[in-house]
Amino acid sequence: MRFSSWKVFTEGLSGNKGWSAHWRDAQPKSEYDYIIIGGGGHGLSTAYYLAKNHGITNVAVLEKGYLGGGNVGRNTTIVRANYFLQGNSEFYSHSLKLWETLEEDLNYNVMHSQRGLINLFHSDGQRDAFARRGNMMINQGDDAILLDREGVRKELPYLDFEQTRFPIYGGLFHKRGGTARHDAVAWGYARGASDRGVDLIQNCEVTGIDIVDGVVKGVQTTRGPIKGNKVAIIVAGRSGQVAAMAGRRLPIESHVLQAFVTEGLKPVIDHVISFGMGHFYMSQSDKGGLVFGGDLDFYASYASRGNLPMKEHVMEAGMTLMPMIGKAKVLRSWGGIMDMTPDGSPIIDKMEGIDGLYIDCGWNYGGFKAVPASGWCMAHLMATDTPHDVAAKYRLDRFRTGIGIMDEEGTGSQHNLH
Amino acid sequence: MRVNGKGLVDRSAPLSFTFDGKSVEAYAGDTVASALLAAEIKMIARSFKYHRPRGVIGAGSEDPGALITVGSGAVQDPNVRATVQEVYAGLETRSQNCWPSLNVDLLSLNDLAAPFLGAGFYYKTFMWPKAFWEKLYEPVIRRSAGIGALSGKHNPDTYEKAFAFCDLLVIGAGPAGLMAALTAGRAGAEVILCDEDSVMGGRLNGETYEIGGQSGQDWAARAVAELSAMDNVRLMTRTTVTGAYDQGTYGALERVGHHLGGLGDTPLECFWRIVAKRSILAAGAIERPVAFRNNDRPGIMTASAVRTYLNRYGVAPGKKVTIFANNDDAHRTARDLVAAGVHVAGVIDTRQDAPDGEGYEVYKGAEVCNSEGRKALEAVTFRYPDGREDKLQTDCLAMSGGWNPSVHMTCHMNGRPTWNEDILSFVPTDGTVPGMVTAGACNGAFSTHAALAQGAAGAEAALGDLGIKMTKADLPEAEDAPYRLKPLWAVAGKGRAWLDFQNDVTVKDVKLAAAENFRSVEHMKRYTTQGMAPDQGKNSNVAALAVLADATGRGIPETGTTTFRPPYVPVSIAALGAGAQGDGFAPQRFTTSHKASVDAGAPMIEAGLWYRPSYFPAPGERTWRQSCDREVNMVRNAVGICDVSTLGKIDLQGPDVGEFLDFVYTNMFSTLKVGKTRYGLMLREDGTVMDDGTTARLGENHFVMTTTTAAAGPVMRHLEYVHQCLRPDLDVSMISVTEQWAQFAVAGPKSRELLNGLLDVEIDDASWPFMACGEVTLQGIKGRLFRISFSGEHAYEVAVPSRYGDSLFRLLVARAEAMGGGAYGMEALNVLRIEKGHITHAEIHGRTNAFDIGFARMVSAKKDCIGKTMSERPGLVGEERAQLVGLKPVGVVQQITAGAHLFNADDDPVRENEQGYTTSVGFSPTLESYLGLAFLRNGRARHGEEIKMVDHLRGITTRCVVCDPVFFDPEGGRVRG
Amino acid sequence: MRITCPLCGERDRREFYYVGDAVALERPDPDAGDVVWDDYVHNRDNPAGVTRDLWYHESGCAAWVVITRNTVTHEILSTELASKVKEAQS
Repeated sequence: MRFSSWKVFTEGLSGNKGWSAHWRDAQPKSEYDYIIIGGGGHGLSTAYYLAKNHGITNVAVLEKGYLGGGNVGRNTTIVRANYFLQGNSEFYSHSLKLWETLEEDLNYNVMHSQRGLINLFHSDGQRDAFARRGNMMINQGDDAILLDREGVRKELPYLDFEQTRFPIYGGLFHKRGGTARHDAVAWGYARGASDRGVDLIQNCEVTGIDIVDGVVKGVQTTRGPIKGNKVAIIVAGRSGQVAAMAGRRLPIESHVLQAFVTEGLKPVIDHVISFGMGHFYMSQSDKGGLVFGGDLDFYASYASRGNLPMKEHVMEAGMTLMPMIGKAKVLRSWGGIMDMTPDGSPIIDKMEGIDGLYIDCGWNYGGFKAVPASGWCMAHLMATDTPHDVAAKYRLDRFRTGIGIMDEEGTGSQHNLH
Repeated sequence: MRVNGKGLVDRSAPLSFTFDGKSVEAYAGDTVASALLAAEIKMIARSFKYHRPRGVIGAGSEDPGALITVGSGAVQDPNVRATVQEVYAGLETRSQNCWPSLNVDLLSLNDLAAPFLGAGFYYKTFMWPKAFWEKLYEPVIRRSAGIGALSGKHNPDTYEKAFAFCDLLVIGAGPAGLMAALTAGRAGAEVILCDEDSVMGGRLNGETYEIGGQSGQDWAARAVAELSAMDNVRLMTRTTVTGAYDQGTYGALERVGHHLGGLGDTPLECFWRIVAKRSILAAGAIERPVAFRNNDRPGIMTASAVRTYLNRYGVAPGKKVTIFANNDDAHRTARDLVAAGVHVAGVIDTRQDAPDGEGYEVYKGAEVCNSEGRKALEAVTFRYPDGREDKLQTDCLAMSGGWNPSVHMTCHMNGRPTWNEDILSFVPTDGTVPGMVTAGACNGAFSTHAALAQGAAGAEAALGDLGIKMTKADLPEAEDAPYRLKPLWAVAGKGRAWLDFQNDVTVKDVKLAAAENFRSVEHMKRYTTQGMAPDQGKNSNVAALAVLADATGRGIPETGTTTFRPPYVPVSIAALGAGAQGDGFAPQRFTTSHKASVDAGAPMIEAGLWYRPSYFPAPGERTWRQSCDREVNMVRNAVGICDVSTLGKIDLQGPDVGEFLDFVYTNMFSTLKVGKTRYGLMLREDGTVMDDGTTARLGENHFVMTTTTAAAGPVMRHLEYVHQCLRPDLDVSMISVTEQWAQFAVAGPKSRELLNGLLDVEIDDASWPFMACGEVTLQGIKGRLFRISFSGEHAYEVAVPSRYGDSLFRLLVARAEAMGGGAYGMEALNVLRIEKGHITHAEIHGRTNAFDIGFARMVSAKKDCIGKTMSERPGLVGEERAQLVGLKPVGVVQQITAGAHLFNADDDPVRENEQGYTTSVGFSPTLESYLGLAFLRNGRARHGEEIKMVDHLRGITTRCVVCDPVFFDPEGGRVRG
Repeated sequence: MRITCPLCGERDRREFYYVGDAVALERPDPDAGDVVWDDYVHNRDNPAGVTRDLWYHESGCAAWVVITRNTVTHEILSTELASKVKEAQS
């Protein structure tokens, strides 16, 4: 079924009786060519691009819970291409381009809104670092504008320019940055993949990976064994556990990142804003809630929930930066499980030494914007057994060799430093 | 309509407030909701999507109907529950989410377009033409969405945060909570009792039960009186416990000043972090509405809310009240109304075996199937079991579909509640929050007797755990009526039947979601927005779940439930972020020379938590560059003074310090002679540079390390880590002495001359050569002197105990000025070090290693150190690495900027061609040129090559020649001079 | 979150800095090889369940503490001084 305003209109006139399932609930078959473990954003987009770009449709996506129930269902929805290291720059640039045509491609309104992202800086040193970033964005063909203090004031007049602890020196304005409706991204990819023949299987937890003589043969699941020639682990947050089924340890620690939303408010924040001296970023959803977050709670956790210290830190940062939000009331807070890699950059690679096993993981706290390109590149890797150009640096062995470490934050390529 | 002789409001204390500009009469003790109902103002708000009229539905913080805005101007407070906001004289309240007015709201046109605006319609449309999403569709959607509005101005109110500790936290002061607090308080336990209401007692204040022969209201008042006399009990009214966290930590929001007309010194709110050894959740239950066609009109309320308004506030919400229920409990509403002389139009009970009424008609087995009245309820249509329909003229419908225990807090740590078929709702699952037990209605025990008994039992168990002795007291007598009900979620029929009154989610929406395969409860929630409004589904989630279960042919337990997440009630960002507005976000650290610098007119800039002078303007200087250039020249030609106290100073003592430093630094320190200082490089274990600085050996077993300002804390932590976790065998003690010593650079050719005027014993090159250190006395004060140089000049750093810092700085500056020098700030310091190619964290930015900065030879081959092995990985050395170089402009454009990228002279400035980037730049008055430090691929092999620097952001392209990063005095003769 | 420092007693989590898996105590020999070092610095068991990690009582006594803890429930099972653990290892 094709979605359109006309369809909404005609269905409205006839009692909305004609709508059908957005995707098929498939029953697991005994064998597939490709098995994708994980029905989150990245798994679903991988399935979609396998079908669309490579014509590979004998694919199963195995999801232990409900589709889109991982981090794609619990994030602060920021979409941007503002990286500055080789490897990240081209990848996120590619992803943003895919975002820009995603709605037409999926025939699903994911509400991608390029409302502009402003990263604030608060010292000369930060300005220099953001200048380097902005220049790389332009090198890559993306957009960036370096705003001075008055430039920021023009865009964000409600910030505290007078009394705040860390004065605003300026900001890096990325106009094509913005937000999207996160759940719709998962659903749109699910619908697109399902329409092309991919089997989406919910409530199907993988309990083992069958490997014989270094070759993948399939998986064991709570709904029985499923054979497959190529198996992808795309389960950010739980990557360690699933990789362990293949006998591998990963350079990943799982951490909790909290996020927050307030009650609905009339439009007051048009941009995505990021504070430079504390961990705080905020945008306003189309429903009116202020959506915001900060840093990790800083302890390994699978609890999907956080504690008060980081909540308070995030709110404190908000209050020093933009005290006009004080009377917005936090309605809900939640936590996602982040795959944290040592250098803060992801992994899209074959699992060395196990034929037919692939892994897409380590998205740290930035996986949402990567959903299109991650699926695109992972599908490319699985279909052709060669890495896609824009994801070629996301190698698993970079930590062992030191080649191509991408530490955007510059906090050192060790766990828990970023 | 006020009912005489009822209620806890003070009828002798009339006052007035305004709603939408109109004056409303009220009494002390009223909420805005009770006062508006008394004034017969039914329509108070508009719903989120269809802008349908909304009135009061409940009587507590969960009310999904009457959201208002309080105040105007900067203090404007949106989305306030009229049911929670207490009235005071002069209170200003307004309706919200309507334009131009509550009465005439243009967006109520949405209601007519409802067939096209069903669940998830926006995912299927607004896609064409593409450009219209951001330009047209989204702005329109955004403007019509939202509920209340922020003022857009800085919040002027004050907020606080506080910690509290107790043996037992009791959450909720209804019969269960009061009984628990009494039991624990009498036993001597430290108790905190929190209740979100202004008066403790919970439902007892809204009911006509008796406890121990007295009215429930009186019993509660006496219990509170007894508790307030106990020193070990803290009573916190207007305090909502908002979340349960790890190890017995709870968040709680105290609404300190919302009920006061003027605040004075009182904060508006206080956010509490309560640490409790044990807790009892006695949060009660919330009555659930019933979904039927047009069940959302103002005047349709929950049955218990009607009782609360009658019994607590002395207000009858209608003149002709109809009750619609599936349980016995709701019949109390009819009995209380009749007893108070209010007309009851009838009780429509879906059960064939419903009890008979005294003084009112009971329509057994019937169900309400529609309502009338545009802005207030006028009539309800109901259907008899045989299908006949009838109509009752009524202005208030009190409905009850049963009660949902307030299990929310038990889910905050990922617990899932358990379905209980007897009460057709979820009850807490034991042990989901460590140390917490549940008591009373929140535990599914709905009688007053059960609440008292469970409250006492919960306290008894907690006291037992804590080893506190108690004597058992008899429970007061109270009603123990059974709770009988029949499932009733949604009345069948056409039209729209509301589940979520705030987000306008109807039964149809849930069914549509199920038809479109959003069958998981999480999918349904996300697709329809059910339960995502300000009440977070407290009123509607269970019914929505039941509708979904029905639509998908499953039972409720296997359909599951969504998670309840904190906070239990919305909490203002200002409360959670209290103290941070303005300067409070982070501590401010001031050097001892701060005042002298400010006195000298120096602009102070943030350096981490510290403040440092940017430059010291001299008379006639109009730009910072003029000052900077003068200060640089001053250091190069005379003498300059700079406060360097912000650098981390770590005092290390013990016989093994040398060996310890050998392990943390790449180079050798055990060989350092007493009285000497050495520059050291410190790596992280991954091989990147962590920090650099000088370390002085003051004695055989005594070293003082300096770190950069930024890394002082991390280095201290790192040293303790290396010692305690890796080398506890080494006999080393360390402490940060950053704040104990004021330290000043005295730099320039006249530095020794200046110092010799102050030192009690003069120094010369032989007694104090380059890199020497030791104790000195300055005019009788013991200090330390280090002959080290960041500027590249003959220079010293002199340190004295901090209490002498201010006077020493002033003295040094005065002497320097007399010698043609003076104080210099960060700008000059930066230019001086760039001229010398000295690195800072602009260069050691966490991605560079010793090889990159040209310090590979500093990694001693004779020993192991932190980071050494990993720094030898193939990817961390070689021609591919960007290496530190100097840049000098050679073309027409003379400017170098930081953060620009480098390209081969003929290449396009695109990512694929990127060769490196600039890190630090400055204009050197010494060399009369811009100078840049940069990292360039294979840069050390490219000295002399001409490259192109491109700064797209600033529109600058500069041809530069690559050179050694040491621009000035490369032989280093001046430091020894 | 509350943590019992072996020296100071029960304190708020705010006083502590976290650094990760206590495997950090088991530093390999310099010549142990790239695989061993890669494992030490980067690869982790990352268990969903009981783990031992390192915390630093930064705003307190400056003790490094090994905490045995459940990553799913956040329950803290025990705390020990890292120096004692290290000494017992060697």
